[in-house]
Amino acid sequence: MSASTAVRKPRQRVGDRVFSNLTRLAGLAILVALAAVAIFLTLQGLPAFSAPSDKLGGAANLATYVLPLVFGTLLAAVLALLIATPLALGVALVISHYAPPRLARPLGYLVDLLAAVPSVVYGLWGLAFVSVRLTPAYAWLEQHLGWIPLFGGPASTTGRTILTASIVLAIMVMPIITAITREIFLQTPTLNEEAALALGATRWEMIRLAVLPYARSGIVSAVMLGLGRALGETMAVAMVLSASGVVTFDLISNTNPSTIAANIALKFPDSTGVAVNALVASGLVLFVITFVVNFAARWVVARSERTQA
Amino acid sequence: MAKSIDVSDLNIYYGDFLAVEGVTMTIPSRSVTALIGPSGCGKSTFLRSLNRMHEVIPGARVEGKIVIDGQDLYGSEVDPVEVRRQIGMVFQRPNPFPTMSIYDNVLAGSRLNSKRLPKDRADEIVERSLTSANLWVEVKDRLNKPGQGLSGGQQQRLCIARAIAVEPQVLLMDEPCSALDPISTSAIEDLIHELKSDYTIVIVTHNMQQAARVSEDTAFFNLAGAGKPGNLVEMNPTRKIFSNPEEKATEAYISGRFG
Ligand SMILES: Nc1ncnc2c1ncn2[C@@H]1O[C@H](COP(=O)(O)OP(=O)(O)O)[C@@H](O)[C@H]1O
Ligand SMILES: [Mg+2]
Repeated sequence: MSASTAVRKPRQRVGDRVFSNLTRLAGLAILVALAAVAIFLTLQGLPAFSAPSDKLGGAANLATYVLPLVFGTLLAAVLALLIATPLALGVALVISHYAPPRLARPLGYLVDLLAAVPSVVYGLWGLAFVSVRLTPAYAWLEQHLGWIPLFGGPASTTGRTILTASIVLAIMVMPIITAITREIFLQTPTLNEEAALALGATRWEMIRLAVLPYARSGIVSAVMLGLGRALGETMAVAMVLSASGVVTFDLISNTNPSTIAANIALKFPDSTGVAVNALVASGLVLFVITFVVNFAARWVVARSERTQA
Repeated sequence: MAKSIDVSDLNIYYGDFLAVEGVTMTIPSRSVTALIGPSGCGKSTFLRSLNRMHEVIPGARVEGKIVIDGQDLYGSEVDPVEVRRQIGMVFQRPNPFPTMSIYDNVLAGSRLNSKRLPKDRADEIVERSLTSANLWVEVKDRLNKPGQGLSGGQQQRLCIARAIAVEPQVLLMDEPCSALDPISTSAIEDLIHELKSDYTIVIVTHNMQQAARVSEDTAFFNLAGAGKPGNLVEMNPTRKIFSNPEEKATEAYISGRFG
């Protein structure tokens, strides 16, 4: 034993070297893949700039082709988040701070399970169930709240509207936001929670004083991750939405904006030549939007962490 | 405003584990009562049962009686949230709300009590509480800075200001100086001296000299043995405890023979 304690030259072990090279390789692979995708999208998208209008679904040029799709993509995603965020935060709080442990655990598993359901299944459910059930609601909205442009109508008779698509999207992104925020809520320092309780805070007041401020930056990143998923979601939207590619804030009518991802999925099989290039160009735009959203999220989180420090 | 506290036959549990057994004592009003004893004998547990903070831990419960000013603290009609508004607490580690300014930290309790607090009233509470906590001079020019930016001792005085801002009847302190340097400790001890004319103060301390310096009465808690519940050995005026204690165990602890 004593002999082995003699000072040895610091020598890198083989295992360390192999592992460090493997991680470096993995890191590089991600960058290469990302660059390859960007280059492919750019090269294949370029020809679409000179595409004739008949290859662009009737649009005069690439910009008027892509912009309505960008509008639809953002509208559906933002609507989905507006619905999903309060719901997700509520469920996360129930799991982390309200439900007794015996109930909280299965509830948590259930939410995680929702996140694992394939989007085709959500699409089917949205198509065959949600849209049908919502049709009377849309008729009611048009009749009673029709003066609000959002519900101008005429109400869709199939229910396959942008609002239905957004609701299905909301249910898809909700588990992601719930899972992340739940973990953050659970990490609130006991010290801060007890500070609030000792002042005579009710449970909800304690959550407002201690839990939510602590979780602020985490909530932002969770919502941004949800936004990323909502922007890129393809199958569910393609199946649910009866899209005509218009630009409108009317959420319940038969003529709906389409999204970039759904448009690609629906048009690609029948497209040839420069029409394919146009689809790729729209893909590039989606790629950029997702990138910008991610960086914006990081920036927001970093800034709120700095002001807290 | 200040109230005395009567504790009788108090047993305190964590689930099935009996942590503190059979405590009976009277804590006088407008005076400082120190709780001393070896680690794990249940001083914090006992202190937290006095403002019903004990029960926020899942499974934690209490048997017996605590009466403050004729009212049973654990009576079925008593709302624990209401109790905690009347009995302030300062913790071992300073815990200002990290995202709040100094100003908002002081007002956190008052804002729970009354939703709409006029600005001049709020300013007045902040100045009065920070002055009582001997912190006003140091922070009056940076009230809108986060409380987290203060030194440990200042943070602890901020927490005291936050606790007294709502003018509680009783102030509970759990080793409020154990994370602080000697100068901050001395500042807090001075503060305790000043506060006792208005508040009933119960302070847990590991530091025998501190108990001797700040308190009128001292209660010595001990463990009968490993795994046994903590119990109250003796409660007497501090002068007597430190010069001529009734119990052998107290004397042994104070003269440092164990614990
Ligand atoms: N949250 C808890 N859950 C279970 N047991 C606890 C908890 N907190 C303290 N205890 C136990 O209660 C006893 C008293 O602890 P405590 O009141 O912290 O002692 P002291 O403050 O005198 O050091 C110890 O045996 C401790 O292990
Ligand atoms: Mg303790």
